[in-house]
Amino acid sequence: MSNSFLIILGIITPLFAALFSYVCRYNNNLRDSFGIIGGLVTFLVSLKIFHGIQNNEIFQITFFKLFDGVDFTFKVTALGSIFSLVASSLWILASIYTIGYMRGAGEKNQTRFVIFYSIAIHAALAIAWSGNLLVLFIFYEILTFSTFPLVGHKQNAESQSAGRLYLSILVGTSLIFFLPAIFWIWLETGTLDFQDGGILINQFPAEYLSLLIAMLVFGIGKAAIMPIHRWLPAAMVAPTPVSALLHAVAVVKAGVFSFLVVIVYIVGPEFLLQTKSSDWLVWLACFTIMASSIIAITKDDLKARLAYSTISQLSYIILGAALASSLALKGASFHIITHALGKITLFFCAGAIYVTAHIKKVSELKGMGFKLPLIFFAYTLGALSIIGVPPFIGSWSKFYLIMGSIEREFIVVAIILGISSLLNIYYLLQPVVIGFTQTSRREVKLTKAPLTVWPPVITGLSCLIFFFYANYFLNNVSGVIVI
Amino acid sequence: MFNIFLDDAAALVVVLPLLISAIIAFMPSKIWPWIISLVTLVLHLVLSLHLLKEISISGLIVYEFGNWEPPWGISFKIDGVNIGLQLLFSIFVLISTFYSRKIFLSEIDSGDSGKAYSLWLLAIGSLNGIILTNDIFNLFVFLEISALASISLIALGAGQNRKALLAAFNYLIIGAIGATFYVIGVGFAYAMTGTLNMNDLVIQLAQYSDGQLAIFAGMSFMLIGLMVKAAIFPVHIWLPPAYSYAPSAVSTLLAALATKTILYFFVRLLYEVFIIYPSYLSLFLDFVLYPLSLLAIFIGTLIAIYQDDIKKLLAFSSIAQIGYITLAFSLKDHSGITSGFIHIFNHALIKGGLFMAVGYFAILQKDRVTLTSLKGFGYKYPITSFALLICGLSLIGLPLTNGFISKLYLFQALYTNQMYFSIALVAVSSALAVAYFWKIVEQMWFSEIKLKTEKEDAYIYLPIWIITFSIIVFGIYSSPIIEFSNLSADYLISGYQN
Repeated sequence: MSNSFLIILGIITPLFAALFSYVCRYNNNLRDSFGIIGGLVTFLVSLKIFHGIQNNEIFQITFFKLFDGVDFTFKVTALGSIFSLVASSLWILASIYTIGYMRGAGEKNQTRFVIFYSIAIHAALAIAWSGNLLVLFIFYEILTFSTFPLVGHKQNAESQSAGRLYLSILVGTSLIFFLPAIFWIWLETGTLDFQDGGILINQFPAEYLSLLIAMLVFGIGKAAIMPIHRWLPAAMVAPTPVSALLHAVAVVKAGVFSFLVVIVYIVGPEFLLQTKSSDWLVWLACFTIMASSIIAITKDDLKARLAYSTISQLSYIILGAALASSLALKGASFHIITHALGKITLFFCAGAIYVTAHIKKVSELKGMGFKLPLIFFAYTLGALSIIGVPPFIGSWSKFYLIMGSIEREFIVVAIILGISSLLNIYYLLQPVVIGFTQTSRREVKLTKAPLTVWPPVITGLSCLIFFFYANYFLNNVSGVIVI
Repeated sequence: MFNIFLDDAAALVVVLPLLISAIIAFMPSKIWPWIISLVTLVLHLVLSLHLLKEISISGLIVYEFGNWEPPWGISFKIDGVNIGLQLLFSIFVLISTFYSRKIFLSEIDSGDSGKAYSLWLLAIGSLNGIILTNDIFNLFVFLEISALASISLIALGAGQNRKALLAAFNYLIIGAIGATFYVIGVGFAYAMTGTLNMNDLVIQLAQYSDGQLAIFAGMSFMLIGLMVKAAIFPVHIWLPPAYSYAPSAVSTLLAALATKTILYFFVRLLYEVFIIYPSYLSLFLDFVLYPLSLLAIFIGTLIAIYQDDIKKLLAFSSIAQIGYITLAFSLKDHSGITSGFIHIFNHALIKGGLFMAVGYFAILQKDRVTLTSLKGFGYKYPITSFALLICGLSLIGLPLTNGFISKLYLFQALYTNQMYFSIALVAVSSALAVAYFWKIVEQMWFSEIKLKTEKEDAYIYLPIWIITFSIIVFGIYSSPIIEFSNLSADYLISGYQN
């Protein structure tokens, strides 16, 4: 199979999955199976591309010219191969989980849900493989619009206003900051292509680089840096498969991925290190990490707590990008994988607890650990990985981030990362502690939903297993950094 | 034999619709006026294409009526500036006429069909005259004919809603004031120079040095008159009621073309004639047109957010979009004029498509289209709704639609002129456009009501989809529009240098 064909196949498969789901909308089992099949196909494609990138193959396809210097083109970067692998592999598990959750929770409009779910994956993959900033922007917007029906899925007043907030923040920031920033880059350099080492150096006025970075980090609202984070907790009204795959993996990772891509392939780490234009962002990211951790502690709703934890974890990646040293970038890129694995496990568990025991609040988890041992087991694995305890995969990215901040002589940042880990321990492990230590007099009726239990166990165990195979990913991650 | 017609193509594109209009005025038939209009406009398109061919060979056509030489007789001038607009005009009127039949049938008395199409052709002929004329008094005549025809067409909406009469009356009064301002200005210019021909006017005006108050007064009167007619903020108040109470087919024609033709003449007057007084021109552009454009963009968008009536919402959005065009024209350089023309083309398509779709909804539900009445339409009429969605995304300016191309070039023009504040404002207002457009989408697809899919009329959704399709095509393959706009800017700028 030629390389350009692989790209087309990977991007189109989710669309076909959506189409077939619509065609077979009257046969529930058939309809839902297309998500799994599509996931398998895109996963194999992503894997092949991932290996190809390791062997320095080039994956590129150009469709047509949009305007001077900008084509509608896909080109897989090292960073993109990581993101696509994460999104597509987790899509398989999420599809299985979706079947269990949606039927278990008795949600309506399941066909629409499955269709837009697939379209969102399509957009995420296209973002991962986009060849220039404008193509990335196009699919960034498609991702926003395709997740809107998922956020507002319940169609009650609460989800409607959440959907509005979601859309207005994400589209608003992208149109006010991101798109003008893209125009600005184009006007200064005449191109938007991703190139190793960036395109801005010697082309862009260094004194305005801080402003450009600000426009980008606030324009890419999906990266959820404070104060542009409100949409993420609001989006938690969506059914849990959406929170799990989209708001822990596809959407938010698309955000930080976009920012990372801009830093690595547009601005260029070297240019950033010369001008120190992103040092202010280091402190904003630190603030977001701390503030959202503290908010997370106060949240009793499990999904809201996880949402604030996500905001905090996303800022790790922004922090790594802002530090721009090679170790920090390595950590940031790797954190895309580790956080995705860990957080999807936690969300899967939160949804599984809701479906089987109808509990949403942390304080109501008393004694549930003994009743739902598998779910709590998986949850613990995911939580430990996110906290960064060895031997879990999450410890690698945290290690590199701390090393990166020491390399840049931001000792305070390294300390903040340490404190944040302590806070993580508190708010992520508290549910486990409550679940196993306290007992409740309340009788809880359990519903069986095995399809929601096994996916988190798989992802939780892989957090553990991949700790030993981290080099497999780090090869590609190292390809990201060319300083 | 056909060659005889082609020789006079420049005159016939205006005269033919006017003539046919008189013929069909009293036809009692329901269908013949439409067929005759359609045939007329096909001929009109053929003539326009012929003009395009001639222009690509010679670069300039001056048509002298009755063989009276220019300074004395009336002349039409076709060159790089207006040939693109002429082509767009010709194509769009054909499509909208095709679209109009079922709309007129359900919105006006069937006995009025002849009258409606007579007025329709009258408006088309006179608007086309505005594009072609090279004579400032002749322009006044066309302005008046088009205004009277449009007012009568708007008043035909009274069968649906009596407020159409008020809207028409408003337009009549305000339009008459604008026309009076314009004609007073023409009077001043004529008194000072003794000429009405635009090319001659430039030569005659050159003999007055800066400081002739009478000339400046005349110029100001003309510009203000045209601003009223082009609905530039704050003299736009006639436009929203006129667009929203007119029969749907009429709103389509007016929204897509009426203000655009006047804007075209406005910019031609500025950069071809008034450019010989650079200090006056930059005074007007920098301190009148530029701030007013920014206000139009911002206030038009804000008001649109709070509209419940969809046609009114689109009308206020038009005010903002006209603001984008005049903002581009106020930049005084090639990139600005180019981006202004690009947006004239693109916005004509976008707004035309939007009004067509909303107009169809209006006749389907036989009532005004409001936000609440749109509930569930995405499922009920998917074909038209989807077209509306694409046109709306283009209005916001998302990539792969022609609205994005407009935005790109506007940003570029503003950037080269270092107008960073305007860039910020344009960016913010394009984000606000999401607010008013998404309200519509939300009602259509995401309200709790789910309606069964109903059959849609191919005679209506076909033209809508032709427009929608062109919106996507010009978003991807934008060079035709950009080249025509570049050509217009080239001609205007080079005229200034000569």
